[in-house]
Amino acid sequence: MSKITEVAKEAIKKNCNPIEISDDFNQLQISISADQILDVVDFIKNDEACEFRQITDIAGVDFPDRQKRFDVIYHFLSFKHNSRLRIKIIIGEDESIPSITSIFPAANWFEREAFDMYGIQFRDHPDLRRILTDYGFEGYPLRKDFPLSGNVEIRYDEIDKKIVHEPVNLQQDFRSFDIQSPWERTNYLKEDKKNNE
Amino acid sequence: MAINTDIQETSPELERLKELYADKGFVVTSINNLINWARTGSLHWMTFGLACCAVEMMHVGTPRYDVERFGAAPRASPRHADVLIVAGTLTNKMASALRKAYDQMPEPRYVISMGSCANGGGYYHYSYSVVRGCDRIIPVDVYVPGCPPTAEGLLYGLLQLQKKIRREGNIKR
Repeated sequence: MSKITEVAKEAIKKNCNPIEISDDFNQLQISISADQILDVVDFIKNDEACEFRQITDIAGVDFPDRQKRFDVIYHFLSFKHNSRLRIKIIIGEDESIPSITSIFPAANWFEREAFDMYGIQFRDHPDLRRILTDYGFEGYPLRKDFPLSGNVEIRYDEIDKKIVHEPVNLQQDFRSFDIQSPWERTNYLKEDKKNNE
Repeated sequence: MAINTDIQETSPELERLKELYADKGFVVTSINNLINWARTGSLHWMTFGLACCAVEMMHVGTPRYDVERFGAAPRASPRHADVLIVAGTLTNKMASALRKAYDQMPEPRYVISMGSCANGGGYYHYSYSVVRGCDRIIPVDVYVPGCPPTAEGLLYGLLQLQKKIRREGNIKR
């Protein structure tokens, strides 16, 4: 591990009170709780040992079996020290997390995307709307319990002269191919479902 | 008004007219053929590049394939265009914009669906956010298969469209 990363690690350990801190693969990763985020982000942005002044991404991960199902992961980059930092926060479905747009304005759209895809609520966000999905879209598509093909599909109605939304009706069901044994026939999810019932 | 296209052979009077005027710098033809010639020879396309297919569509316009030798040129506005090339993945969010662009095009208008995604969803067929074929939104004349189709493939599709226009041969579509 480089000396600069070591210094940053010590500084974070001393000042931020993280739940967990690691430097596997020469990348700093810290776990904190949701209410710590504003203080920690402010610290790692402005502290001389860190200077993580770029926010690269905000990602979400869904673990449906866990009691608190979401991971929110922030990626930061320090140009000055040529190093990166991940901040990991675990929150539940009905919890919210403070928005960091007051510190990193660039986080605005990242937080909107995380909200769009997972339904993660960011407190005090200036404009928490959906960003990528269709207008009037319902559900959170990257959650594990969201069906692959969604709930509605669209077509243009020649009589009404407008685009209408209808329940999904697939002509051919999604197949899961078994690459290990090409001789087995492919499983149709519809049949699997029927067999389980 | 539809013109009878069954009359392919010209009448003896017309043949005489042709002979009379051929060496004086005149060409005699039917108005139907003339209109078809004009239509097939000026297929200005509306660029509707949505994904990687758009790159192949660009290649068609460049000197190597040079689609302009067939009288076609890219237009930025649907109001100038005769043919709409849907090049790429059509998402649910984009569908209403595609329909709007199509509705703005003057008659006669044609549509080329380019690539697997526009033809039937392709790789994203089972996605929650992709239209399973752009023919759910607008009527399509020519489907060009491929992922993405080569520039030659699209050019061939354009020639097939010309053939189709010639075959239909109506003043009103």
